[in-house]
Amino acid sequence: MSYIGSSVKRVEDKRFITGQGRYTDDIVLPQMTYACMVRSPHAHAEIVSVDIAHAEKMDGVVKIFTGKDTDAAGIGGVPCGWQVDFKNGDTMKEPPHPLLVSDKARHVGDAIAMVIADTYAQAKDAAEMVTVEYNVLPAVTNSKVARADGAPQVHADVPNNLAFDWELGNPRAEVDAAIAGAHHVTTLEFINQRVICNAIEPRSAIGHFDTAYDKYTLYTSTQNPHLIRLLLCAFVLGLPEHKVRVVGPDVGGGFGSKIFHYTEEALVVWGSNQIKRPIKWTAERSESFVTDAAGRDHITTAKMAFDKDGNILALSADTLANMGAYLSTFAPAVPTWLHGTLLQGLYTTPLINVSIDAVFTNTTAVDAYRGAGRPEATYLLERLMDTAALEMGRDPAELRLQNFIEPFDGVEEEGYVTQVALQYDSGNYGPVLKRGLEMVGYEQFRADQKAAEGTGKLLGIGFSTYIEACGIAPSAVVGALGARAGLFESAQVQVHPTGKVSVFSGSHSHGQGHETSFAQVVADKMGIPMEDVEIIHGDSDAVAFGMGTYGSRSLAVGGSAIVKSIEKVLEKGAKIAAHLLEASVDDLDYAEGKWTVRGTDKSVGFGDVSLTAYVPHNYPEGLEPGLDFSSFYDPANFTYPFGCHICIVEIDKETGVVKVKRFIAVDDVGNVINPMIVDGQIHGGLAQGIGQAFCEGAVYDESGQLVNGTYMDYVMPRADDLPSFEIDRTVTPCPHNPLGVKGAGEAGTIGSTPAVVNAVMDALKGYGIHDVEMPVTSQKVWNIIHG
Amino acid sequence: MVPSKFAYHKPTTLKEAIDLLSTHGDDSKILSGGHSLVPVLKLRLNDPEHIIDVSGVASMGGIKDNEKSITIGANSTHAEIANNAALKEHAPMIAIAASMIGDIQVRNFGTIGGSIAHADPAADWPAVLLAADANVVISGANGNRTVDIDQFFKGLFMTAVGEEEIITAISIPKSAFNKNSTYVKFAQPASRFALVGCAVAVANADGYVTEARVAFNGVSATPFRDGNVEKSLKGSVLNGDAIATATASVADGVSIMSDHFAAENYRKHMAGVYARKALSALA
Ligand SMILES: Cc1cc2nc3c(=O)[nH]c(=O)nc-3n(C[C@H](O)[C@H](O)[C@H](O)COP(=O)(O)OP(=O)(O)OC[C@H]3O[C@@H](n4cnc5c(N)ncnc54)[C@H](O)[C@@H]3O)c2cc1C
Repeated sequence: MSYIGSSVKRVEDKRFITGQGRYTDDIVLPQMTYACMVRSPHAHAEIVSVDIAHAEKMDGVVKIFTGKDTDAAGIGGVPCGWQVDFKNGDTMKEPPHPLLVSDKARHVGDAIAMVIADTYAQAKDAAEMVTVEYNVLPAVTNSKVARADGAPQVHADVPNNLAFDWELGNPRAEVDAAIAGAHHVTTLEFINQRVICNAIEPRSAIGHFDTAYDKYTLYTSTQNPHLIRLLLCAFVLGLPEHKVRVVGPDVGGGFGSKIFHYTEEALVVWGSNQIKRPIKWTAERSESFVTDAAGRDHITTAKMAFDKDGNILALSADTLANMGAYLSTFAPAVPTWLHGTLLQGLYTTPLINVSIDAVFTNTTAVDAYRGAGRPEATYLLERLMDTAALEMGRDPAELRLQNFIEPFDGVEEEGYVTQVALQYDSGNYGPVLKRGLEMVGYEQFRADQKAAEGTGKLLGIGFSTYIEACGIAPSAVVGALGARAGLFESAQVQVHPTGKVSVFSGSHSHGQGHETSFAQVVADKMGIPMEDVEIIHGDSDAVAFGMGTYGSRSLAVGGSAIVKSIEKVLEKGAKIAAHLLEASVDDLDYAEGKWTVRGTDKSVGFGDVSLTAYVPHNYPEGLEPGLDFSSFYDPANFTYPFGCHICIVEIDKETGVVKVKRFIAVDDVGNVINPMIVDGQIHGGLAQGIGQAFCEGAVYDESGQLVNGTYMDYVMPRADDLPSFEIDRTVTPCPHNPLGVKGAGEAGTIGSTPAVVNAVMDALKGYGIHDVEMPVTSQKVWNIIHG
Repeated sequence: MVPSKFAYHKPTTLKEAIDLLSTHGDDSKILSGGHSLVPVLKLRLNDPEHIIDVSGVASMGGIKDNEKSITIGANSTHAEIANNAALKEHAPMIAIAASMIGDIQVRNFGTIGGSIAHADPAADWPAVLLAADANVVISGANGNRTVDIDQFFKGLFMTAVGEEEIITAISIPKSAFNKNSTYVKFAQPASRFALVGCAVAVANADGYVTEARVAFNGVSATPFRDGNVEKSLKGSVLNGDAIATATASVADGVSIMSDHFAAENYRKHMAGVYARKALSALA
């Protein structure tokens, strides 16, 4: 029996597809109240006064809290979970992020009051009647503008809006010298625009203070319940951790935006003790647009230098990273340790320096969004590679192959040590590109492209060969880099007397299919049917402290913790089996759910051993009863998936309309447990990455309003915008975790975006341009063609 | 997303509906398919105290195939229109436009009456109704009146319908030009409303154009017919050259909308492209 490697149908899908998923907003508690936030309509405004007198008296209103109340309660706000220091060693600027602002609103959507009523409609009606007097200030949304002297100051004590600056790699002078003396230098200035996460389930939180037990419960749409509990208890409300339970029930997508600890979570928890009734808050979609942490938002200048043969000599990159108005939970890590560290890519570049300015603006906070830093790094490198190839008259595929790091398996050959603080685990980069070229029919494409000349169509091909750091992360390493948390994972394997198994994982599934792929691993390793395994996650009262799901870590870290516990179960099980079989443990083999005395037909099944563990009448002396083990797994290193994405576009010259004709993705995510789930992750990731290239992007006006804050104007990629993806894999196992897996959640998003833009640039190579700003709309392409 | 509180009325006759409108006047809103009004209510851009749901008024429904015209009840859904055999035969652009609106759910709920009453400049109905030379039947306390479609659209979200009036039907003449007609749209990528929608209806006799009607929505705040294009086509043989000449400067003198999807120059250009596309389909 082997579940591992087979496309088992997702067990969770039955409840999702039949509408039986149980999300936070589905939960109704006795006496529950509903909260509606009063939010600033201005991007930057002093709050002169807040008048709740009329609203307070309205039908059904239970209580209205303003910033004065949270200030009076001494609540400082939500913290940042990652510290990055300035180049000069000073600590980053970390202005408070209050639950309710009382002095100044710093972005559209900043919460000013929480109105609580018996029904949501009543809360909403009353919220409309809270009168806030503002003194509107000039706003700044663009990080370049924000850095200039005289720009609006988002926080009074953060000069020039600089949260921190940071650099990594070889000394800049050395890198600059290499660039200055190089045969060819490719320079690009570009924007990696802000995108909005748009999880299909809006954020939702219920705070419940139970007076009988003196205990709080927070139900919240989150990717990591324990982390929320830790931040909530230790940093925001000062609550004893054992008196707080955090539950992340079914979660309808996160893409990073539900990693972070949000103000509303703390507000409903705190408020529920003030009013002694549960409080539910669920974001309206318009609120999601302006309060969910967004992604990307980099402005970059990058240079790549080559010798006359096309070997890369050096890379420099200067990026302005927009942090938004406050530092969200992991925001400082994204442009730095998740971005700068990836600038080696797949190449042997001997000299690299990256410099980051992290900037406050009057916008919603920016934090990790599917890929988090790594898509930005890939975009930077891969746009440079295709542009360099074009400028030097080289083939973009050949230029890459020539500069690839040689294969290494991480066992016989050492992991590759980069110029930017990482050691890759294992890699073999040529085959993904070669397979991609084979699938696309590269020579035929170039012939077709030539043949299209003179017609009304332009054809283009774009490449992207990427690497990502996943399986986040070795705790000691990230601790040294500023993380204020560990990044291990927990797992408990609880065997019941009947031989059925409950597995408690600190990972959290919000679409990834853990209930299936984890169960496949457990069933295979234990030799029992999948139906006998249940995966439980998301409840801090049930599951040991875990770190949740992001950074493609669940299987690599959470799965490894499960394997560790299984090993413990089987080790103890063998002792019981040996006793029952009157044999020595060393003489037993375990396969297909039973222990057999080697060379005989004497065996005992897993079920009998389980029963014996709990009914220990005939039992090994000195052995504890029970069959139930917990483990914590802290990975030895990140994992490093990689791959090659190739995009073919067709541009209609008359209209500028770009069509993605084909998209080829060859990804190496290490070993694969469930190919269908991995394919699904790749497909979804590709749609998001291609979506950034063509459709998505926050647009702000002068006053700091989000112009496209509804689905009438914010363009999400749809199925009919996309071709049928052509995907394949190579398999280079991860050498340092027991499953050999590397993680597949982000690969699609990380690799795809530059492939699309490169394809557009290839199609437009006759028009003498260096860049086209994302999203690549038909208007922009038409401007280039007819400009 | 919840609207403000309102009282809900569901009349079953036109008279009842008009009476309710007269009683509640300013404080009321008609509800048909709800696919424009409900979002407006939920976003709290409007908070009427009374909602008068006309979807149960039987006389406002159904599509009638008359001798000289086809009468489309205001409550007809986009889906009913898209699938109507008489319209497909006598005015194909009407069925085509209907089939391009939104998605299946929108087409199953949204109505033609609600759409033209709403008068979103980017909606699909205005261009085809202008090209079709439609008449809009409007009822009020003083009975019915018929408004020529050329007089119907008054600007951004503004029409000839009075405060206390209800659109009851749209009538489409059975004419040579309607029989030979089509609609094309360049969709806004998020909403899929029209950045440019162009409806063309062309009557020919002996190989020459006797009447051409060319109308646009999405381009300007008020949907419009382009008289220059129509004049240029009249009397010509509808071929590539004639189309190219006629569409060389589409939407001249019209004030053109601009947004981050399509600036003025691009929209104007695309209006020409889509006029050519539509006319070529009839050539
Ligand atoms: C997701 C989505 C996509 C859409 N895509 C498109 C698209 O691609 N193209 C397009 O053209 N439209 C599109 N629409 C709009 C859709 O066509 C609406 O149905 C239509 O605009 C309104 O019709 P309704 O029957 O739903 O009217 P309602 O929403 O009920 O009413 C709209 C307005 O008309 C008034 N009204 C309704 N009936 C009458 C009447 N008989 N007399 C007088 N006033 C009346 C109401 O008071 C209200 O002000 C879309 C809508 C949605 C939600």
